[in-house]
Amino acid sequence: MSLVEPALAERVLERALARGGSFAELYAEARQGFSLSIDDSRVERPQGGRERGACLRVISGESSYYGHVDGLAEEDLLRVADSVAQGLREEARVPAALAAIERAPGHAIETPPDGVPAARKADLLRACDERARQAASEVTQAHIGYGESHRQVEVFNSDGRAAADDRTRVRLSAQVVARRDGRVETGTDTLGGHAGWELLEEDPEAVPERAARRALTLLDAVDAPTGRLPVVVGNGFGGVLLHEAVGHGLEADAVQKRASVYAGRLGEELAEPLVTAYDDGRRANDWGSDGIDDEGTPTQRTTIIENGRLVSYLYDVLRARKDGVHSTGNGRRESFRHLPVPRMTNTFFAPGEATPEELIEGVDRGLYAVSFGGGQVEPATGDFVFGVSEGYLIEGGKVTAPVRGATLVGNGVEALRAIDGIASDLEIATGYCGKAGQSVPAGVGQPHVRIRELTVGGTAS
Amino acid sequence: MTLEDTARRAVEAALATGASEAEAWAEQGTSRRIRVYEGEVESLSDAGGRGVGVRAFADGRSGYAYGTDLSEPAVTETAEAAVEAAEVADSDEFAGLPEQCGTTSVEGLASGDLSAWSTERKVELALAVERAARERPGVTQVENAVYSDAEGSIALANSKGFSAGYEATQAWAYASAFAGEGSELMTGLGVGLGRDPGVLDPEAIGGEAAERALALVGARQPPSRRCPVVLDAFVAASFIGFIGSMLSADAVQRGRSLFADREGDEIAAAVLALSDDATDPAGPSSSPFDGEGSPTRRTPLIEDGRLLTFLFDVRTARKAGRSTTANASRGSYRTPPSVGTSNLTVQPGSASLEGLFREAGDGLYVTEVAGLHSGVNPVSGTFSVGASGRLIENGEAASPVRELTIASDLVSMLLAVRALGAEARWVPFGGSVKAPPILIAEMSVSGS
Repeated sequence: MSLVEPALAERVLERALARGGSFAELYAEARQGFSLSIDDSRVERPQGGRERGACLRVISGESSYYGHVDGLAEEDLLRVADSVAQGLREEARVPAALAAIERAPGHAIETPPDGVPAARKADLLRACDERARQAASEVTQAHIGYGESHRQVEVFNSDGRAAADDRTRVRLSAQVVARRDGRVETGTDTLGGHAGWELLEEDPEAVPERAARRALTLLDAVDAPTGRLPVVVGNGFGGVLLHEAVGHGLEADAVQKRASVYAGRLGEELAEPLVTAYDDGRRANDWGSDGIDDEGTPTQRTTIIENGRLVSYLYDVLRARKDGVHSTGNGRRESFRHLPVPRMTNTFFAPGEATPEELIEGVDRGLYAVSFGGGQVEPATGDFVFGVSEGYLIEGGKVTAPVRGATLVGNGVEALRAIDGIASDLEIATGYCGKAGQSVPAGVGQPHVRIRELTVGGTAS
Repeated sequence: MTLEDTARRAVEAALATGASEAEAWAEQGTSRRIRVYEGEVESLSDAGGRGVGVRAFADGRSGYAYGTDLSEPAVTETAEAAVEAAEVADSDEFAGLPEQCGTTSVEGLASGDLSAWSTERKVELALAVERAARERPGVTQVENAVYSDAEGSIALANSKGFSAGYEATQAWAYASAFAGEGSELMTGLGVGLGRDPGVLDPEAIGGEAAERALALVGARQPPSRRCPVVLDAFVAASFIGFIGSMLSADAVQRGRSLFADREGDEIAAAVLALSDDATDPAGPSSSPFDGEGSPTRRTPLIEDGRLLTFLFDVRTARKAGRSTTANASRGSYRTPPSVGTSNLTVQPGSASLEGLFREAGDGLYVTEVAGLHSGVNPVSGTFSVGASGRLIENGEAASPVRELTIASDLVSMLLAVRALGAEARWVPFGGSVKAPPILIAEMSVSGS
């Protein structure tokens, strides 16, 4: 059953193009979600939501006119089509007849989470809370969150495309606080996927346990060093560095506005030949995967860096038309309240040959950055800053004391060029990526990676 | 059916399903956003939103549900979902509705002039912002020039008989400009806001974006040292916004605030005064009642350097044996109320910016920080964040610097506040904050 009958979609597209425009698109969505958390060993904040709505856009030249509406009733859709068309002053255009709806091959969902009784979700959180508290007597607090979402998406456009996708995601996140002698530290961990409840059936309590271990480790942390040092970045969430410092600069909107340090550099050797990186929205059940993107383009694996050479940007339909190429399936949006923009899906460095130990052995004095508390980058210059949430000193080729308060400050282009080792232990972690006021699930990942030298801003004087 | 009727209907449905108490927040609004690029409209949007969120209480448990459908059967379904959600929660002796609901008269939340502006005039305004930035010599590009506005109605009803509503409007414009090229490319942001587009000055907004970018051209990494630091109003507001979030009683009670157990203590220099004020007519987050129906007010937070109180909603106040400060905030109908700041206001001092530089002597003027939220440990307050700005030499702004970090801890920083600028401004990102530039006696700056 469709959210919007194709016959109605055709009428809406026709109304949208009544005063001109080269392209019109109707994006319809029904989404429902449920979330629950435990804090202070008390299950709280049960919350459910149901939303239906549509986003309509018309493109004319370089301009986009769009509107969105809460609701999918015929009158809602026709009203938003009329209001969007008001922005234009050209000849009407007739949209192509819609093809049959193409349903994206979904990711395997064994147990839809909305069919699992809420009481079981509460029990899962209680078990997680208990595991976190068992880790050590120093654990004083645990906050564990569970969230699920189910989104049905339909896209119809004036080129005749009609596509649909059905997306289910679950996510478990843990934040654990440990305290000793007046010192307080926090550790976090998450597990999530484009997957059903089955993702959480095998030892979900490992998530709060890892968070607890991080917090406990930090209790022994010394002040972070300051200066230019070699840095080994951990696998999984360490990939946020690639995501922020390189990936955003490859998104075609930033490139076309020359707001990216990577603009005009396709084909250039940006890194040593050992470096290859992908954006892959197809990887089975990964957090950033979908069947189609939010413009109806099937998701794909795009090689962005091949043996050190920059080979592709990440495109949505609009920017691809401008560059005369095909969309790479990266037109993503937070919801029907947003316009699609080029966004990463799951972005990661391809695994290399080394072991993490070999990368660390080669460092006499440096930093082992396992996980980041977040980061920020200026795509125009590639300048970035990251807070290291779990980090250790490397001394004489060995990982020694944990450090706290370290930040990595640098430049994406320079950091990419300075990668001199990649391990084989690829892992994808779950993140939320913010851009243009929209937050979308994005997989970040990598194997262990070594960077010859980066500026470490520490707390040690 | 009016919005208030919808909210009342949802409350009745929740009570009929077995809730002992219930509350519903309904909203309806429209918004526009116009983005221009190189003299043309890049995108123009028109959006309509509506929805209702229901909070249901039963046997000391509470649950929440929301939906976009305001038809009667759908509102009933949403209310039932809230009651059902409450069943899985553990009971919470402090949860419940306010004892005293009401409204405070706050004038000027909505401007009738907004609807009088045609789309064409708003496009002209966005284009004028872009032009103002691009015209400055040295500006290579204007990445974004955006005009945006919103008008909306809010209604809140609960089972204690409270039912009220209000309307509000807001208009913003901002631009980000580039200066320099290649790896020397610098960006600057300019912003303005008010209740309607008539109060926005495109020259000032575009000009600020340009000047901020131009001021950073040729920036180098400075040497590491400890020195006086002047935070500009944007940066000061970012820090104050973060500190405000740490003053939430919820963060305190959950052990996630460095200010826990510090009520009454001296946590700042005597020159610093900070308050939360939801009744300032100019405040973007002002309103007559908070997210659970308590009448809004102004709450002094820091005076003479002392921490006077935390910010409370009904639940955290009951837990602490206090009264709510009317700081239950709602992002939208999609989120239940939680403790949040309204408008944080730092009392300005008497110095000009140049005066602050003179007082600093030799130091650093910070005009941008990056990674504040990831760079601060909320429990210990230690932070190390990326920054850029200018050196201060012999009491004057000197060469631009970037790729540096500033590090301290929040309380040490507050205690080290030496002087405040006379000119405070509203900064709408990272919460709503009105702050002047602030001189900090000493911070650790790490560069090369």
